[in-house]
Order: sequence, then C-alpha cells, then structure tokens
Amino acid sequence: MTGAKEPLMHIVKRDGVSLGRAMLVRLVALVFALLVCAAIIFGLTGMNPLNVYAGIWDGAVGTNRRMWVTFRDAAILLCVGFAVLPAFRMRFWNVGAEGQVLVGAMASAAIMIYGKNLPSWALYALCPVAGVAAGLIWGVIPAFFKARWNTNETLFTLMLNYIAMQLVSFAIVFWENPRGSNHVGLINSQGKEGWLPSIGTNSYLLPILIVLALMVGLYVYMQFSKQGYEIAVVGESENTAHYAGINVSRVIIRTMAISGGIGGLAGYLLATGVGHTISTGLAGGRGFTAIVVAWLGKLNPFAMLLVAFFLVFMEKGAIQIATQFSLNENASDILTGVILFFILGCEFFINYRIELRQHAREEVKA
Amino acid sequence: MNLIIVFLQKAIAQGIAILYGANGEIVTEKSGNLNLGVPGMMYMGGVAGLMGAFLYENSVENPVPFVGMLIALICALVCSGLGALIYSVLTISLRANQNVTGLALTTFGMGFGNFFGGSLSKLAGGVGQISTQATASAFRAKIPVLSTLPVVGEVLFSYGFLTYLFIVLTVVLSWFLYRTRKGLNLRAVGENAATADAAGVNVTAYKYLATLVGGMLAGLGGLYFVMEYTGGTWVNNGFGDRGWLAIALVIFARWRPLNAIWGSILFGGLYILYLYIPGLDRSMQEIFKALPYVVTIVVLVITSLRKKREDQPPMSLGLAYFREDRG
Repeated sequence: MTGAKEPLMHIVKRDGVSLGRAMLVRLVALVFALLVCAAIIFGLTGMNPLNVYAGIWDGAVGTNRRMWVTFRDAAILLCVGFAVLPAFRMRFWNVGAEGQVLVGAMASAAIMIYGKNLPSWALYALCPVAGVAAGLIWGVIPAFFKARWNTNETLFTLMLNYIAMQLVSFAIVFWENPRGSNHVGLINSQGKEGWLPSIGTNSYLLPILIVLALMVGLYVYMQFSKQGYEIAVVGESENTAHYAGINVSRVIIRTMAISGGIGGLAGYLLATGVGHTISTGLAGGRGFTAIVVAWLGKLNPFAMLLVAFFLVFMEKGAIQIATQFSLNENASDILTGVILFFILGCEFFINYRIELRQHAREEVKA
Repeated sequence: MNLIIVFLQKAIAQGIAILYGANGEIVTEKSGNLNLGVPGMMYMGGVAGLMGAFLYENSVENPVPFVGMLIALICALVCSGLGALIYSVLTISLRANQNVTGLALTTFGMGFGNFFGGSLSKLAGGVGQISTQATASAFRAKIPVLSTLPVVGEVLFSYGFLTYLFIVLTVVLSWFLYRTRKGLNLRAVGENAATADAAGVNVTAYKYLATLVGGMLAGLGGLYFVMEYTGGTWVNNGFGDRGWLAIALVIFARWRPLNAIWGSILFGGLYILYLYIPGLDRSMQEIFKALPYVVTIVVLVITSLRKKREDQPPMSLGLAYFREDRG
C-alpha cells in the first residue's frame, strides 16, 4: 500500500447487533461502573466496597416497606419517562418534563385545597383532570411555537421548567401552612380528602398499577395506532411526512399534548399519592432523570421500566449507605453520574466497531 | 441615586458568574456541542477551587492570599476541565447523545459539589461554616484609588480581578471567533462539520478544545461565585439555578460574546429586581424571579420569528459528527 496514509484504525457502523450481545456490552459497562464506584467509595471512606454494596441492596429492598417505596418511586420515574417518550420519538427534545410535572402537581394540589368540601367522587375525578390539563397546556406552549416558527424546543422547554418553579413558589405563598413557614405541609392531613386511595392497606400499589396500565396503553398507541405511526414518520424525516400528506404541525402539537399530559399525570400522582404536598422540589429532578431513562431504554416502554427501576434502586441504596456511613447524601448523585457515564459510553461499542487498517493486520500475520 | 448605584453594583456582581458560564457555553456551542452540563461544571469548578484554598490555608500558618488564589484558580480549571473532558470523550469520541450526557454531567457535578462542599465543614472538625478568608481576600481585592471615586468608582471599579479578567477574556473571545482564521474554522465546525472536515479542518480537535475551554470558563464562573460573591464559603445548592441562567444567556446573547456582557448585567438585574421594587409582597416577588426566563423565551421566539441567519443557533448544534456516515 503506497500513496495516502491510511489511518491506523477507523470506525464502522454495525448493521445490527443481536440482543444478547448488546446486553453483554451493557453488563460489562455496568460492572466497570460499579468497580469505579467501589474505588470512589473506598477512597472516600476506606470501607470494604462489598459491604457498601450490601448496604445498597439493604437500602433499596432490605425491608418490605423499602421495597414498596422503591417500586413506587420507580413507577413514578417511569411515568415521567413516558412524558418524554412520545416527544422523543418525534425528535422533539422535551427537556421540560420537570415543569410539566410541577404544574400538574400544582393543579392537583389546588383542587385538593380548594375542593376539600366537594363530594369525594368529584374530588377524585377533578384532581387527575386538573393535573393532566395543566401539564398538557405546559407541553403545548413550546410545541405551538415549534410547529409555527420552528422555535428551538430544547431551550424553550428548559426555560419553562424554571417558570413553573416560580409559579409553584408563588402558589406556596398562598397555601403555606403554618403561615410564614414557606412550606405547604401535608394537604388535608386530617380527612385525607383527595388523597390517592390505598388498596387494602397498601398505599403504594395504586400508583404502580396506574403507571403499568399507562405503559401498556402507550406501547399500543405508539406501536399499533395510526397516530403513533405518524409520530415515527415525523421523527424520521419531516419532509417525508409532508410528502406523505401528514400535517406535521398538528402531529407536533398533538404529541406534545400527550407528553405534557402524561407529565401532568405524574405530577398528580406525586401530589396526591406520594408527597401529599406541593413544593418546588416535588419533581426532584425526575424530569431530567426521565430523559436518561427514555434514552437508555431506547424509547421502549418495557426497557425503560428496567432502567427506571435500576436508577431508583441505586439512588435508594446510595442514600442508605450515605446515612449508614454518615456520608453526605449527595454521594448518591456522584455514583449515579458515574454509572450513567459508563452506560452512555458503552452504546458506542454496541453501535460501532473499530477496524484496524488492513495492511497493519497483514504485517502482523507475516 | 444611591439605590440605583447599589442596584447596578449588585446586578453586575450577580451577572459575572452567569457571564462566565454563558461564554463557556458559547465557545462550546460554536463547535456544535450543546453541553447541558454547564451547571455541573460550575459546581465542580467552584468546589475544587474552594477545596484547594481550604487545604492550603489549613496546612500553613500564615497563608499568603496570592498563593491561595493561584491554587484555587488551578484547582478550579483542572476540575471543571475534567468534567468537560468526560463530556467530550462521551459525545465526541463515543458519540453519545449530547443532551443526555450533559444532563448526566450536571447530576454528577452538582452531586460532586454538594458532597465535597458539604463534607468540608466536617473535615474542618466543626459544624460551623468553613471559610477561606485569606484566599477570598485576594479575589475580592479592589482596585486601589480608582474604587474610592464617587459613583464611577462604585459602579465600575469596585469588583475583584475576575470581573475585569473576564471582560477582557470576552473581548478576546469575540475577536477570536469573528476575526481569526481559527475562529472561522471553529464556527464552520459548528455549522456543518462535514464541510469543515472536507476543507481540511480537524473537526475532532476543534470540538475537544472548544468544549474543554468552555468547561474551564464555566468552572471559573463557579469559582467567582464561591470566592468573590460569597466570600470563600460553601452553602449546599447555594449556587441555585445560575447554571441554567447561563444557558439562557447564551440564547439571549444570540451566541455572541459581546452581547453576553450587557446581557449578563441585565440578567443579574432581573435576578435581583424583586428586592428593589418597593411594595412587592412575597407572592409577587416569586413572579418577578421568573423574569430572566420569560425574557429568554421572548428572545428565543423573536429570533425564530425573524429568521435572521446570523441570529440562529449553530446549524449542527446537538448533532454528533460521524465522518463515515456522511452522505
């Protein structure tokens, strides 16, 4: 080989990878991530990492109650993940789930507070409707501008998060209890009006069931309905969609209405089924974590379930070891970050392979 | 009059941290990388600088402010640079999704900052506030003579050196982007990497360097906040949402460093406006705090309405470049 120098290696896209192989790569990445985390933990505390991982297990599913909390929180995170899923299919970067969840929670909380004396069936009906409607509006605003003037949606939805937070702060001034505390506290703590009911004695189960039902519904909608197909086409290429006679603006707005509405539903679940309160931190960054969930789950609702569970599992576990070894609880964010870096990086080895230059290989043979 | 002077002073002081982050992000975005990890890198830079200064001040009897300052600067640059390096390796070499990687970096960086910042006081052996007064005094030193001038001195010359360093850096950055060959190359990479590649520009190198420099600038913003604004202490999450405001400022400035200077003062002013308007009750204050974000959205919508080409985001912003993939 003479003439131009061929680079030592180059990168080739794989045509398709078997599921088993892809899973193997991810597993290896995860093992590496846990090793690095173990090194970090050891460096910070000098503890035996194996004990620490046992502590993580204990913190996430060690007792019956902890296990249910982990399940429920995973379901909530998954629900927020579903709030970005339809939008992402359409290549609409909805990073505003945090805000959509917050306004949904705020609307539900408002109904709980002002509708305390309504008959309970009306309260049960109004809370989710208000929550979903609020989230839907919050999602449609950026979609309208995107559809109409192609306004950058990543930045628009990002800004809306903070406006939603200020709206919640605004509402807290009126709702705070006791006065001057700047906290709303438990809403309707006496009669539990509007609280998501328990199934038997289990107060964790209902939100989980709602999210699971949503998962199946969303899967069917995305996979088998005409509208789901339109979303996929718009995501692949807006020009193709135009060509095929799809009204792109309408699909964008409709899909973001669905995304925002699901965000609002997650807010409703948080306000009436988990926190029973409203605060700017109620969404707790789930709107951002949900993006990671959707992306790592390859926009597949069932794979997202696994990712959401894993992330919540690690988070609960890390909080447990933080208290156990009197570390600062932010250690869990560091560990989550490290794991995410590895999992994000490993996708490369699933989608591409590295080839050494041809003659270099021949030289090795000779 | 007095109130206006104080307001301007505070607005500028607020704005500088945002400005550092915004200009870092401008450099990064000009190479086509949308790094949502800016808030994380600002935390990393701030806490690393603080830790460096803290360890130094605790290990010697009479800490020299200037040495502490150098140590803090180096620590901040190295640490935020490392954050940007993680992002670069993942998005540029391994082609991970930029939005997701950036958000992961923010999670990591904020955890990093709050963990070490929060643990420092424990390390010091007390529950009280930790402080690095000597180092902070170097950051806070005002210009002699000039700063004592009435009005002019208060508004223009009452800040620490990082403020002036940054005005200079911003002008240099603007000159680099729009007046040099390398700046042109960088912008070409962000607009259309394949074309830049065909023209012989080393796309990978430009993307790496721009992202690293951008991360370091963001880190300096965090250091400014910790050292000059709060005087060398750490409060968990005290940095607030300034990192996101920095990203908002990038849009507001329409990706131009010089616009970011006055934009940062405006943002700083909007950020604290609620404190200076008489007769606002608490609820209205909260509404006023949303102003910077509302203004950013308005600007975003207007720029998309006007469709002026030079006001748009870099064309390939957010997209990974894969040479073998070009059509």
